[in-house]
Amino acid sequence: MSFQPVKFYQTGTFTVGNRLLPPEERSVQAQAKRYNSINSGHRACQGCGEALGARYAIDAAMEAVDGQLICANATGCLEVFSTPYPETSWQVPWIHSLFGNTAAVATGIAAALKVKKQQGEPRNIRVVAQGGDGGTTDIGFGCLSGMFERNDDVLYICYDNGGYMNTGIQRSSATPPAARTATTMAVGAEPGNVFGQGKFVPAIAMAHEIPYVATATVADLRDLEAKVRRAMEIRGARYIHILVPCPLGWGTASNETIRIARLAKETGMFPVFEAEHGEVKSVLAIRHPLPVEEYLKPQKRYAHLFGKTPQVEVIARLQELADRNIRKYGLLDGGER
Amino acid sequence: MSCHRAYPMFDPAAAGVPDDLCPIATEITPMLPGDWRSMRPVVDRDKCVKCAICWLYCPVQCIVEKPAWFDMNLATCKGCGICANECPQRAITMVEEAGA
Repeated sequence: MSFQPVKFYQTGTFTVGNRLLPPEERSVQAQAKRYNSINSGHRACQGCGEALGARYAIDAAMEAVDGQLICANATGCLEVFSTPYPETSWQVPWIHSLFGNTAAVATGIAAALKVKKQQGEPRNIRVVAQGGDGGTTDIGFGCLSGMFERNDDVLYICYDNGGYMNTGIQRSSATPPAARTATTMAVGAEPGNVFGQGKFVPAIAMAHEIPYVATATVADLRDLEAKVRRAMEIRGARYIHILVPCPLGWGTASNETIRIARLAKETGMFPVFEAEHGEVKSVLAIRHPLPVEEYLKPQKRYAHLFGKTPQVEVIARLQELADRNIRKYGLLDGGER
Repeated sequence: MSCHRAYPMFDPAAAGVPDDLCPIATEITPMLPGDWRSMRPVVDRDKCVKCAICWLYCPVQCIVEKPAWFDMNLATCKGCGICANECPQRAITMVEEAGA
């Protein structure tokens, strides 16, 4: 066997593999006996970021509450690829709600558990609701806002892939500006999704002043696990927004999922932070600031920006968006404003 | 060595759930998506330092732990190539699946 020095700089992963850490510092997922709340038989596309993010989030939640967990799941990619009747990929008590009412269903479960607790239920069962960005930002927004406002004891996790990917890549209100989707084609004076529309739900959740709001990406999985664990320590309405690249909808190679998620964070297009009671408590600082082109170029949904006539103004506006995020959340200096 | 924690499937009939309540899943998906694959990951056992980054990033948990390296369960590997892209040692290469 030839000698191979250990190096960890090549891919920009910034993750020392868990097995090289002392056992107490290893993450939930590093253990051979991880929960595997989604099994390997699901029908997600190659390189699906959502399948990865969902497994991490639910596994971390399971670990945090010792397996006493109930999940409510909105309609969306996550539900479609994991539960073709009569099969399920979920190794956790799991209920499928309608597209729009996951937050309400989870609220109901939490209320029922509260009553059972008063009647002498010994276990401490917690509730997680999860949905895609369509079910969260568009269709289920009323129920979600109600859940925040009542401060129900539910952790809501939104997997944001920037569109309705399983029905054929239609625009949602989480689709970033200038992105091409089936309903925002790259034609006309302003190709792709319109600037100035859509919403950033973590900021809206912060405006509800709920106990905990966090964003994460699938590139920083330890950070994601830590945030879910932190969320499960808190009682009340909590919200975690996870950026999950979609190779199909974003037009990236299936092996680039993690790199794209990392670039979204490093360019400032997606701020990664956590907030308590409406105040940003910490941000994940950008380690190597990059221009947004690095993030846009590998994605075919932005291909119209880099054709024969590069749309310099549009790219400049996207860069402005990223710069505003960096300023607003202090991403370059770790939140010290 | 199996990486899967056994989970007992819920039997609605035995639990007294009325059969017209709502559709209830009765089996864990048995699908093996390995036949979707067009590229197969191959591990260079000399280069692997068992850092477990492939294990962490694999979306279908197809990485299998061996005494001195990590291998892939080719029955479930969809061939997305994330492991090859993220491996800090560049120990994983994607080779084209030949034949049927």
